[in-house]
Amino acid sequence: MKKIISAILTAILACSGAVCFAGCGNSYDGEVNVYNWGEYISLGEDDLPNVIDEFEKETNIKVNYTTYETNEELYNMLKNSNVSYDVIIPSEYMISKLIEEDMLLELNFDNIPNYDNLMERFKKLECDPESKYTVCYSWGITGLVYDKTKVTEKPTSWEALWNKELEGQMLMFNNSRDAYAIAMQLCGINPSNCTKEDVDKASEKLAEQKPLLKKYVMDQVFTEMENSQSAIAPYYAGDIVTMMDNNEDLDYARIESGANLFYDAMCIPSCSKNKENAEKFINFMHKPEIAAANFEYLYYATPNKAAYDEYLDEDAKNNTFIFPEDEYLDKCYVFTNVSDEVYSYMQEQFVKIQAD
Amino acid sequence: MKSRKPSVPYIIWMLVFTLIPIVMIGFTAFTDKQGNFTLENFSKAFFYTDVFMKSLWIALLSTAVCLLLAYPLAYMITRMKESTQNTVIMLFMIPMWMNFLLRIYAWVTLLQDNGPIDMALSILGIHGTYIGNTFAVTLGMVYEYLPFMVLPIYTVMSKIDNGLIEAAQDLGSNSFNVFRKVIAPLSVPGIISGITMVFVPSASTFLVAQYLGGTDDIMIGDIIDKIFWTDQNTGSAISLILMIFIFVFLILMNFFGDEEAIA
Repeated sequence: MKKIISAILTAILACSGAVCFAGCGNSYDGEVNVYNWGEYISLGEDDLPNVIDEFEKETNIKVNYTTYETNEELYNMLKNSNVSYDVIIPSEYMISKLIEEDMLLELNFDNIPNYDNLMERFKKLECDPESKYTVCYSWGITGLVYDKTKVTEKPTSWEALWNKELEGQMLMFNNSRDAYAIAMQLCGINPSNCTKEDVDKASEKLAEQKPLLKKYVMDQVFTEMENSQSAIAPYYAGDIVTMMDNNEDLDYARIESGANLFYDAMCIPSCSKNKENAEKFINFMHKPEIAAANFEYLYYATPNKAAYDEYLDEDAKNNTFIFPEDEYLDKCYVFTNVSDEVYSYMQEQFVKIQAD
Repeated sequence: MKSRKPSVPYIIWMLVFTLIPIVMIGFTAFTDKQGNFTLENFSKAFFYTDVFMKSLWIALLSTAVCLLLAYPLAYMITRMKESTQNTVIMLFMIPMWMNFLLRIYAWVTLLQDNGPIDMALSILGIHGTYIGNTFAVTLGMVYEYLPFMVLPIYTVMSKIDNGLIEAAQDLGSNSFNVFRKVIAPLSVPGIISGITMVFVPSASTFLVAQYLGGTDDIMIGDIIDKIFWTDQNTGSAISLILMIFIFVFLILMNFFGDEEAIA
């Protein structure tokens, strides 16, 4: 009896294997492994197109799409595991690190004609001065979101996060890089070029702030602000606009002296096995209508000029929080030059402040 | 002697998923980034003693509250009709079918300002903040781990031979004495495994404090998580210390358990 059962099982397995083989083998011309931030691409929600389906339809290349939550997670995957990715979308500081460690491949821009759609400013990124490895995907600035019923005057400086009157109602970045950048700006230090001494100075400033805070948050900021639980928080412009859509008491505030200009760019890691498909994918992401769909989903500014000119509505274009004018961007700083050593130190000090 | 072959898969399992990881954590804890031997990670880990003690305190507190709630409950359940017992146990299990994070989110919604609990108490004229403090963290942990206390105690209690209880009654014990002399001692193994199953995960838990606590309620699990971003060596050292603490705790529990059983 047992033998019969196992024979049947084997037969079933063999058949299903054959079916899969036939099915998988014929339908696609190759594949591309995309490793992206979670919720960072339009996948067909809110009546927007599913850009991955569109890409598969147009090129007949199968997309294996996986996501990560932090740049560090991405780095660890590339460094310590045997997986192969073809397209990754790290942030500026991680790109510097990856270039330095020789972990990215040079792009063949002949395969990426849509690169011409990019705004001049985002063709030359500080983290990739020769523009060999990167195609900018999205960008934005940091700023403040505040509840108009709790904060009466529109803030103009990070100093608003040290306001004793709002004790227990303020939130702060739960991410050392962004938290230190804010404290450093207030101490008159340029965060993009900081040293350990600068970190120490900023640590004092942050330690001073801790008793006034309600919480250190990242994603929780959405529920906190949208449900009117907190008065004020620093966050990323695109996300602040999303929060404002969900709670009309919220408003944004730009920091007059400039803030952090961040961007994420598409790159091909050196473990890639499908470089040409990866370039096709990168190119596809910068078709104006695709870039516009991703923008509408994300609200992070698109570097794609064609999408900006042709597809975006006036409200978005004129929102100087999402698309700040060049004069403002010139005042902003970009994280690129912070060395590993200083960054580790910063992270360690940040954990210590929280543990204290 | 019986063949040892059937145990081979389990030995491989333990080797791959228990022993090798522990050796790796140990190795990382005693080396620096370049792989040279160092004790510096442990001296760095000492900075977090306060958080460590607070985490152990919250874990102990949650375990104690769980025990206080679960023991009478388990006893009551064993006194019910068999079919009712199954229903009640099922009702306790149902929340565990839901994702751990979702349940914590639910508590955030319940406890937040102008949330249901705040609203209800405001009607009674009581105003306060119920989230962002150690109380909320403990509450979340108790909710999270209560089933792990109820189940082992209930299982052990329901296995107690009714004949023993009847014998005690026949020999003139009132119901308090039956409980004290028969049920309580025989339920000790359930209590021990309940305490272990609640204390161990709650001492090392993370995210609960992140969601329900304030800036002062960070737990050692959160610290390890954050440190691992950039410094896996110190992170491993703290994990190792935590493991040693839990190990000592388990030994103490075992010791205590045996003694009770002998007495």
